[in-house]
Amino acid sequence: MSEWWTYRPEDFLLFSPRVYWRMFELHNEALWPLHLITLAAGAAILVLALWRPHGHGLWIALILAALWGFVGWSFLWDRYAAINWAIAYVSPAFWLQAVLLAVVGAGGGVAFDRRDITAWLGLALAVLAIVAYPLLPSLFGRPWTTAEVFGIAPDPTAIVTLGFLLIARGGLVLLLLPIPLLWLLLSGLTLHIMGDTQAWLPFAVAGVSFILVVLRRLLR
Amino acid sequence: MRNRIITRRAFVKAGATCAAVLALPVVAPAAEHAPLMRTIPSSGEPICAIGLGTWITFNVGDDPILRHECADVIAAFLEAGGRMIDSSPMYGSSQPVTGYGLEKLGRPETLFSADKVWTSSAAGGPAQIEQSRRLWGVPRFDLVQVHNLVAWEAHLETLFAMKAEGQIRYVGITTSEGRRHDLFEQIMRRHPLDFVQFTYNILDREAEERMLPLAAERGMAVIVNRPFRQGALTRRLEGETVPDWAAEIGAATWAQFILKFILSHPAVTVAIPATTSVNHVRENVAAAVGPLPNDSQRERMAAYVRDL
Repeated sequence: MSEWWTYRPEDFLLFSPRVYWRMFELHNEALWPLHLITLAAGAAILVLALWRPHGHGLWIALILAALWGFVGWSFLWDRYAAINWAIAYVSPAFWLQAVLLAVVGAGGGVAFDRRDITAWLGLALAVLAIVAYPLLPSLFGRPWTTAEVFGIAPDPTAIVTLGFLLIARGGLVLLLLPIPLLWLLLSGLTLHIMGDTQAWLPFAVAGVSFILVVLRRLLR
Repeated sequence: MRNRIITRRAFVKAGATCAAVLALPVVAPAAEHAPLMRTIPSSGEPICAIGLGTWITFNVGDDPILRHECADVIAAFLEAGGRMIDSSPMYGSSQPVTGYGLEKLGRPETLFSADKVWTSSAAGGPAQIEQSRRLWGVPRFDLVQVHNLVAWEAHLETLFAMKAEGQIRYVGITTSEGRRHDLFEQIMRRHPLDFVQFTYNILDREAEERMLPLAAERGMAVIVNRPFRQGALTRRLEGETVPDWAAEIGAATWAQFILKFILSHPAVTVAIPATTSVNHVRENVAAAVGPLPNDSQRERMAAYVRDL
C-alpha cells in the first residue's frame, strides 16, 4: 500500500458498530442452544483444572483446541469475514492455535496444575470470561442478544485460554500465548476505532496476562 | 461510431431518469423538483449530480434486516432521481448487498453502475471485475475505476481494452483524502480518462487548486467522495443551527448545505454521499434541487463552517 503512513486506523474499519453488534446477534440466534454446550465445556475444563485427574492436561487442551477450531470456522470464517475481508486471513491463526493446543496436549507437554498467585489470577480470569462475559451487554447498554459467549465468540474464548495458560506448566506453553494475545489486541483495536467503551477490556486482559507471564519468568 | 451509440443510449437513459424508474414501483420526482443533472464530458450523457456511495453503509454482510434497509435506500435514491451507485471489492459485502437491492427492485434501467478494480495483481484485474459484475447482477458496468491507483498501469490497460470492446462504458481512477495527488495528476494528463474520483468538501478544498481545474481542462467527469468526511462533518455540525441565510440557496439542513457547496463547483459532476437512511438519501438528492451558491456565497459558507 502506497503512502501507508497517511492511513489512520479508522480507515481500515469497513463496517459500522451497528453491523458489528448485529453480527453477534445473528450468530447467537443461528447457533442457539449450542451456547449451553460450550458453557458446559467451560465448566468442565474449570473442574478438570481444579480437580486435576490423570490426563486432565490432554482433555483441557483438546476441548480448547476444538473450540478454537470451531470459533475460527463458524464466527471468523463463516460470519465476520463477510464484513471484513481481512478476517479471512485471521481465521487460519485460530486453526493454527487449535492445532498447537491439540499437539501440545496430546504430546503431554502441558499440565494445568500451577497453584501460585498468577495461576489463581488466571483461574479467576477464566471463570469471569465464562460467567461474566455474556453479561457485558447490559453493562455497555446493548441488547443481551449481542452477548459474547465462551466457545461461540472469539474474545471470551481467547480470554479463557489465556487464563488457563496462566495455570499451565510445560515447555511449550509459551507457544500457545501469541495468538490469543494478538487476537485480543486486534479486537480491542476494532472496538476502540468504533468508539466502543468495551475496548479497554480486551486490551486490559491482554496486557495483564502478558505482564503476569513476564513476571513469572522474571521471578523464577 | 462508438460515441454516437453511447450518446443515443445516454439520451434514452437520461430521458428515463427523471421521467420514472420504470421497472420500479416508485413515483417519479415532479419536474420542478427534479435534481440537477450534470454532463459526462466524454460522452455528453447527463447524470444526476447526487450519487450513492456504499463505503461502510452497505457492508452489512448477510444480515437480512440490514440488507432490506439498504434495498430501501436504493429504492428511495432511484425514486428521487439518482442514478450513480458506487462500490468497490474493497468494501466488504457492499457489492452483494447492492446486487441484492437491485434484484429486489427489478434491475432498474436507470442505474449507473460504478465500481472499481482493487488488486495488486495485474493479471487478476479482469477476474475481479467479472466477480464484481456477478455480485451486482448487472450485464456490464457503466464505469470501472482503478481504486486508489493500485497497480494502475496494468489495470488502466485492461479497462481501456474493455471499453474498446464494449464491456464497460467509462474508465476512471480514484483516490481519497488527498493521497497521491501528484501521481493522480500525472495520470490525468497522460490518459484519456472519462472519470476521476477524489475527496472534496467544504473543509477539504485542496482539489480546487489543481485537480478540479485539470479535470475541467481535460474533459473528465469528477466524482466527489467523502463529502461529509465519512460522517464526521455532519456529526460535528449536529448541535449547530444552519444559518438563516442558507435559505437563499435552498439548504434546509447541514447535509444539503455541504452538498450544495460541493455541487456549486462547476467541475464537479457527481457527489456520492453514503447513508443507511431513506430520509437522508432523499435529503441528499434534494440538495441537487433548487439554486446553488455563487462564488461569494461559497466563500461565506466555507468560512462559516470553518469558524464553528
